[in-house]
Amino acid sequence: MTGPYQGEEVPIRIRDLTVAYHRKPVLWEVNLDLPPGSLVGLVGPNGAGKSTLLKAILGMVPAVAGTIQIFGGSYAQQRQRVAYVPQRESVDWDFPATVLDVVLMGTYGKLGWCRPVGLKQREQAKAALRQVGIDGFMDRQISQLSGGQQQRTFLARALVQEADLYLMDEPFAAVDAATERAIVDVLRGLKDQGKTAVVVHHDLHTVPEYFNHLVLLNVLAVASGPMESTFTPENLQRTYGGRLTVLDEVTEAMRRRGAGN
Amino acid sequence: MFQWPLDYNLRVVLAGTSMLGAACGMIGVFLLLRKRALVGDAISHATLPGVCLAYLVGNALGWEEKSLIWLLVGAAISGTIGAIAIVFLREWTRLKEDASLGIILSIFFGIGTALLRMIQTLPHGNAAGLEGFIYGKTALMVSEDAMLIGLIALATCSIVAILQKEFALLCFDASFARSQGWPVLALDLLLMACVVSVVIVGLQAVGLILVIALLIIPASASRLWTHRLNSMIWLSAFLGAISGVAGAYASSRIDRLPSGAAIVLVALLLFLVSLVWGKAGGIWWRFRGAVIDRDRADVEHVLRGVYELLEAANANPSLAGMTRSQDVDPKALDKLRHWSHRRLNQTINRLRNEEAIIGDNRDRIALTARGLRLAKESVRRHRLLELYFQRQAELTGEAVDRGADLIEHDVDDQIMALLESEFGSDLGVPESFHPLPSDGLKLPAGLSQVAMESNAQSPNSSERNPNGTGSIEMERGRSRGDSQ
Repeated sequence: MTGPYQGEEVPIRIRDLTVAYHRKPVLWEVNLDLPPGSLVGLVGPNGAGKSTLLKAILGMVPAVAGTIQIFGGSYAQQRQRVAYVPQRESVDWDFPATVLDVVLMGTYGKLGWCRPVGLKQREQAKAALRQVGIDGFMDRQISQLSGGQQQRTFLARALVQEADLYLMDEPFAAVDAATERAIVDVLRGLKDQGKTAVVVHHDLHTVPEYFNHLVLLNVLAVASGPMESTFTPENLQRTYGGRLTVLDEVTEAMRRRGAGN
Repeated sequence: MFQWPLDYNLRVVLAGTSMLGAACGMIGVFLLLRKRALVGDAISHATLPGVCLAYLVGNALGWEEKSLIWLLVGAAISGTIGAIAIVFLREWTRLKEDASLGIILSIFFGIGTALLRMIQTLPHGNAAGLEGFIYGKTALMVSEDAMLIGLIALATCSIVAILQKEFALLCFDASFARSQGWPVLALDLLLMACVVSVVIVGLQAVGLILVIALLIIPASASRLWTHRLNSMIWLSAFLGAISGVAGAYASSRIDRLPSGAAIVLVALLLFLVSLVWGKAGGIWWRFRGAVIDRDRADVEHVLRGVYELLEAANANPSLAGMTRSQDVDPKALDKLRHWSHRRLNQTINRLRNEEAIIGDNRDRIALTARGLRLAKESVRRHRLLELYFQRQAELTGEAVDRGADLIEHDVDDQIMALLESEFGSDLGVPESFHPLPSDGLKLPAGLSQVAMESNAQSPNSSERNPNGTGSIEMERGRSRGDSQ
């Protein structure tokens, strides 16, 4: 495969990716090359397939067509180099665990089967908690956390994985200002280490401030490139305003037919 | 020679049911956390046709004895078919999980009941043993059966012990587990296989209708005691074992009490105790926490009320004659808030017992040195909040007062420090924003000047109540039962 960013290790390279849920296309012919060492904002309206794109990269949803390369290999090969931050609503926070317990889960991947968590993992987890600024809450039961603290716990869990590529699903959704700052600091720290983060983001106002690379997605990859040249009114209009009405209608027709009546 | 208590058969039964209870308790924790409790119930009901068919096949082949293993193999096969059918319905039709469970549970149990009836009408059919599978009949348990239970229990407990970290990850965040490359489907299948195994060996002891109770009730009860997964697993195993032993024993002593029912009743008892007194969410602790909070709020309101009455009367709140403040009319407190006369009197009496208030007669009360110090803290907290609201929200005096009223009792030292950093900690008790109610007491200006001077003395901290608990000076923000 060829594309831009020759000669460098490309974190994510996607060619002709199509993903469908029950024959309804969620992602359609997506082509994407992400530069290494960048903070990538993944932006688009609701139902644009942002979360699905992350899940497709992680191999959690099957692709109808297309290829995805992570650092030039398959996800299965590069798994140790990728860390995932799911939406925090995706889990039940009433689970009997402390903040430290949850962060330690990030070390399970490298630990492997049956091996218990040791002192080394604990130190790593504490360091990650310090990084996101909630080391004081280490022994707190997770059901007692605020939304922002939950998000930081998830972020710390990803940080202990010591990955090269971070995929974050709406980490800024409904968090307090202090958490937002903490996440931004962590993202900049990752960039300084030459790591790449792909972040699903909703707030257009802060997009140019937080990220240096932009992917605009609305089922199709509408635009992708450096922030300055991509964050333009025309591109945003194409992503949010200019509905791809034909595609919508075909999809709707398929859905009705699929339902059988 | 050592003489065993209880007869041999009962010992076998108790050994079997205790191991079964422990295994069910352990695996039940993960079943509960994976939110698959009802799947276990559907599977246990789905075993009945298998048991009956296995019996029919054995009968047709002319086997004299009912072989337990053979029946359990039948149960395992039909239970597994039921589980697969649930997954199929959920994934390939529009049916939701609850509907799939209901359908499979009732269909399989219906078929099983029909088969059971058929067996009873067979010329040589003796279905007496089979009915034990429905309600549980530990009396039929022989040492081989107990051994089988022990074997399965040991295997289950080992799997849980070895794979605790993996199962915990699966139950908390399956999609994250997948992103790390854990075989989520295989782990789920292993978990369900463990559940099916303990259900199958538990059929005879507890019966297929109630075996779910042994999986879910001890696990739920233990969750009410601890926030730690590890402790939860061990406690659940313990509660399960107790339920099994006590239930089986009761069933052996009480005529015609099915062991399944007896075991569930014991489990229920343990659950009710946990529900009320469990340290991690029991009703009792929550209720107590609410009562403590309310009492503290009342205490603070009365102290602040007296202080503000003194302020309004121009009797600058302080120690008159060094031992007590000016006195006020407690009836004026009545009008300050919407509180019942009884509660107000209770609170005043409480403060009197704590030597924060002195009432020489029923008409007038006054603050002691200790009461004054506490009142100042309370007023200061209230006014700092008012100041804060005033500055942040530009509300009217009354709205600010109500806002401060609402949250002042939850202001702990940390928030207090925050407020002080906002306004400077040398700020004593700020003036009120809004007019204060008065009880009509007016003092000459000269007297209040004297009072002002003695007010400058710092409150004497050696007066702290040495008793600690139950004191009105309880540590703030610490009374709620479920806080760690």
